[in-house]
Amino acid sequence: MTDTSHISRAPRTSSLLTEDARTKKRNAAEARFKIYGIVAIAIGLLFLLVLLTTIISRGTGAFQQTFVTLNVELQESRLDKSGARDIEQIKKVSTFGYNPLLADALSQSIVDNGFETEITKSKALRQLLSTGAIGQLRAYVIANPDQIGQTVEFNFMASSRVDGYLKGRVTRESLARDKNLSPAHLDLVDQMLAAGMIEKRFNADFILGADASSNRPEQAGMGVSMIGSLFMMLVVLLLSVPIGVATSIYLEEFAPKNKFTDLIEVNISNLAAVPSIVFGILGLAFFIQFSGGVLGIQSMKASAPLVGGLVLTLMTLPTIIISTRAALKAVPPSIRDAALGVGASKMQAVFHHVLPLAMPGILTGTIIGLAQALGETAPLLLIGMVGFIASNYPDSIMSGLTDPNSAMPAQIFEWAKRSDPAFYERAWGGIIILLVFLMTMNIIAIILRRRFERRW
Amino acid sequence: MSFVKLTVSSIAICAIAAPAFARDNVQVAGSSTVLPYASIVAEAFGENFDFPTPVVESGGSSAGLKRFCEGVGANTIDIANASRAIREKEIATCAANGVSDIIEVRIGYDGIVFANDLNGHAFEFTQADWFLALAPKIAKDGAIIDNPNQTWADVNPAFPAQPIAAFIPGTKHGTREVFEEKVLAVGCEATGAFDAMIAAGMSEDDAEDACIAVRTDGLSTDIDGDYTETLARIDANKDGIGVFGLAFYEQNTDSLQVATMAGVVPTVESIATGQYPVSRPLYFYLKKAHIGVIPGLKDFAEFFVMDEVAGPDGPLAEYGLVSDPELEATQTMIAEEQTMGLGS
Repeated sequence: MTDTSHISRAPRTSSLLTEDARTKKRNAAEARFKIYGIVAIAIGLLFLLVLLTTIISRGTGAFQQTFVTLNVELQESRLDKSGARDIEQIKKVSTFGYNPLLADALSQSIVDNGFETEITKSKALRQLLSTGAIGQLRAYVIANPDQIGQTVEFNFMASSRVDGYLKGRVTRESLARDKNLSPAHLDLVDQMLAAGMIEKRFNADFILGADASSNRPEQAGMGVSMIGSLFMMLVVLLLSVPIGVATSIYLEEFAPKNKFTDLIEVNISNLAAVPSIVFGILGLAFFIQFSGGVLGIQSMKASAPLVGGLVLTLMTLPTIIISTRAALKAVPPSIRDAALGVGASKMQAVFHHVLPLAMPGILTGTIIGLAQALGETAPLLLIGMVGFIASNYPDSIMSGLTDPNSAMPAQIFEWAKRSDPAFYERAWGGIIILLVFLMTMNIIAIILRRRFERRW
Repeated sequence: MSFVKLTVSSIAICAIAAPAFARDNVQVAGSSTVLPYASIVAEAFGENFDFPTPVVESGGSSAGLKRFCEGVGANTIDIANASRAIREKEIATCAANGVSDIIEVRIGYDGIVFANDLNGHAFEFTQADWFLALAPKIAKDGAIIDNPNQTWADVNPAFPAQPIAAFIPGTKHGTREVFEEKVLAVGCEATGAFDAMIAAGMSEDDAEDACIAVRTDGLSTDIDGDYTETLARIDANKDGIGVFGLAFYEQNTDSLQVATMAGVVPTVESIATGQYPVSRPLYFYLKKAHIGVIPGLKDFAEFFVMDEVAGPDGPLAEYGLVSDPELEATQTMIAEEQTMGLGS
């Protein structure tokens, strides 16, 4: 303080047109900061790029599937010995009884087309086809018993190893010690490919189909778990929007500001930060063990989308409440004052004026909350939605809510765990489907915000 | 506040939902080793019968049996898969919760194999090698010392000087128990550590426990997840050696090579004949009280052990299950609904 006035300054030689040392330093700092920012963005973009290319390069294969066209003679001697075409008798032939038909059809096509192969065993021949083929055959025969004795053209899925060969995942070297397929099979596949019997094409069943067991990854699809996810989202939407919006309106517009409401507010903010697995434990303890077990409510059971939806509701509520309150706060007080000024009641002011103006914000928050819930896996692990579950299509809304089902992210998790590498490809494909859903929801949220949001 | 509303509304929804009562599908949970087999059977069951496809969850043998023993009723599972036999303690828990009539079904055998990266050294293990590599304390010249072995060459001079990095199943897996019993305990006796511990004044029980203990200095890692996690660890650490089920190894021969144990290569044949020493039976447990209540339960159990399914030419054997030579006795047992108390 004492001798600041005596600090000698260098004579000012600079003008606005020439930079002095200090300005240079400050300008350099600014330039450096800009570079840091660009580098940070570049790193972020790089990660995004790596992520997207990995997902797309690994996952797109799942949308394609190798099919084998085969003429199968539906031998009467094996399917309907009596010849009476009695559906009950035909049903007695289990899927395993259809295996010889496939083997015969394959060896017949080898003879007809003049293929050369050293494979003679019927069991080894069948390894070209998915084990699901026998189920497909049986279902066809039961639906069309009049076709028994005829030769019918079928489109069967190829086995996962053959499929992997056409996709470049399986090579002759990798099959050296494999017991599911041998290099000799691949020679045959090459000939069938040349003859046009084998074809790789788009596989709608991957998007629409049900989960399949561990020995037929080629047949597994996301369809049923997608339905499970949709039912859970329905529950979340129906419960969390009314509850969340009502809570926010009351807290924001009507509630007195006191310690108690402060406490509630703090708790809601804290709940938003609670890890989702905690809600899973809560769901297991409260919904399944207490409501389902102690109270005996039968539809509250493990693996039911209803329970999954309730758990996700708990998780989504804080997000919706917080975004709704922000949207309500953004409506300027002048709107309320004007409404009250012309004699509207508090409730009329809120419902006729404030709420419509806050609606775009509320919708955006809701959609983002739903998207978050859609991608959530952790709580579902605890309430039994992971495993071989998504194999039955629900036949009504009620069964959609209560029948065991999985969800898209849980299905992806399950596939990633299974031993056949073909499931791994499906897991990546599933991620693409899930990402498409999430992006669609986010885009809808952005459009809503752009079109309807008002700024004051 | 919102929680109260939520509860009220959820109970209201359930009240509306009430007509959709009793479960109409079979519910199975348990061992992740049995999961692939159970899912194959469940799928074929759905194709061949008019019942809906059963639901199969995983989570480990112990977790499955715990849920199994929670009680009787539509909100408990019907079948628990296990890669080990049910324990006395679990039977007692079951009984305390009203699950008294349990049908034990052995579906076949599974081999436990040791495998490492395809390009690594081809190991020929004995049980003693694994004990010397993984035990916290081993016997040397009759004295019990802390395990000094850091590389496989320390364990057995025939092996390369590759650091020990073992990935073994965690304690919630049934596989761990078999690993302890058929590998570590056997190795413990073979190296003389068991006798040395007794000589050092330990009781037999304590010595047995010490035999199957695993070192905790980071050279051995417990894998609580599935075999895919073990495989990922070996992918990341080429020195790693993992414990797998035979079926899993056979699906991944393009990235894993299997080690012999006591001179025997693990194959379906060598396990079926009993030559390969590390194998275990696989089971499922069925609540007799649920038969007749849950539609299709008995049909499912019977279907599971049919010759066409679990026999040597069935889809389960194709996937890697070693079929049980006594399958016929199991079939009669299910047909007659013999429970554990009466059957054995």
